[in-house]
Amino acid sequence: MKRATLDLWVGFFVVAGIAALLFLALKVGSFSSEASGKSYVLIARFDNIGGLKVRGPVKSAGVVVGRVTDIGFDPQTYEATVTLRIDERYRFPRDTFASIYTAGLLGDQYIGLEPGGDEQKLAAGDAIFKTQSAVVLEKLVSQFLFSKAAEGSETK
Amino acid sequence: MSEWANGLTNALRHLGAGVVERVWRLGSATRFFAAILLNSGTALRRYPLTLREIWFAGVLSLVIILVSGLFVGLVLGMQGYEILTRYGSDSALGVMVALSLLRELGPVVAGLLFASRAGSAITAEIGLMKATEQLKAMDMMAVDPIARVVTPRFWGGVLSMPLLAALFSTMGIFGGWLIGVKVIGVDEGAFWSQMQAAVDFRYDVLNGVVKSFVFGVAVSWIAVFEGYDSEPTAEGVSRAITRTVVTSALAILALDFVLTSFMFRGAS
Repeated sequence: MKRATLDLWVGFFVVAGIAALLFLALKVGSFSSEASGKSYVLIARFDNIGGLKVRGPVKSAGVVVGRVTDIGFDPQTYEATVTLRIDERYRFPRDTFASIYTAGLLGDQYIGLEPGGDEQKLAAGDAIFKTQSAVVLEKLVSQFLFSKAAEGSETK
Repeated sequence: MSEWANGLTNALRHLGAGVVERVWRLGSATRFFAAILLNSGTALRRYPLTLREIWFAGVLSLVIILVSGLFVGLVLGMQGYEILTRYGSDSALGVMVALSLLRELGPVVAGLLFASRAGSAITAEIGLMKATEQLKAMDMMAVDPIARVVTPRFWGGVLSMPLLAALFSTMGIFGGWLIGVKVIGVDEGAFWSQMQAAVDFRYDVLNGVVKSFVFGVAVSWIAVFEGYDSEPTAEGVSRAITRTVVTSALAILALDFVLTSFMFRGAS
């Protein structure tokens, strides 16, 4: 009798622990979107990636279609080489436009893909040619100031 | 002059003896660990013994783990909201609570509680068995005390620890949700969806489980070794228990630093 109640409690403990792990995996973590399905790799070169990070999302039309897996620096062209891992289900035309956006005013940066009209699709390992760098806030402010100053001198 | 030199020699001698003693104990602890692993097969085949130790190490630690997890979550929710709302990003509360629990607080605090709740009990039990010569009696009856007494306690601790850490994190997230969503009024959808977007299963959840497993091995190893190695007196057992708690806490914090620098360095 003693052994049976003990077994019951240990069983309960193990079930509760595994349930907690499942909760963490399914409800807290993004298990389903990450682990399932195959993916392929695309390369994109940017003049400036701003604050883009590895594991940052790649979105198209606002939907997450992949992740940034690697960020490198090309010493020949002085450009940033960003490796994107895209879900196998989504294929993009060859003239797809990749730009770096910011989620919210101070949020994380992500890569947005805007598909073009080309018939041919990008294959695994291909490079995206049309890219737009991250908007650097300081440049934006200085541009604004210069244009304001120019306006001022015109009206005089 | 010669007295001063004598004092210096004595101090050096003590230091040397202390170092040699520590290295000697580390060596015998490692040999003891090897003996545990060698005896694991027989001990796991007689699983009722291990089951009983899971009951003692895991089930009886449930109350303190669940209650502490809940309160840590409540405090995280309150403090996190206080800080995040200054930057107008209180919808990131779920992310903050979940990531800090899964990566650091869950395994570390659960490990510390486990060391003081279950580790000390294991040391006390084995130490008392040694002091009352039960281990020697077993040896006389050709029962290997490492296989019969030590190994089930070791595996009971190792198997319980990841489950306890997962329960701790779950309770903490529940506590954060309770304070954030139910009491303060953070948007429930943002709380969960931002959490799901930011928490990665392999990167955050599995690394947390690996951490808690490593802590479980360290704490259980220290606890059974200190018990088995204790002086067979009342004072010796009490000193062994103190050593278990102190060494386990230091081991957990040091291992946490090493594991974190391996696991989460490339994040930012």
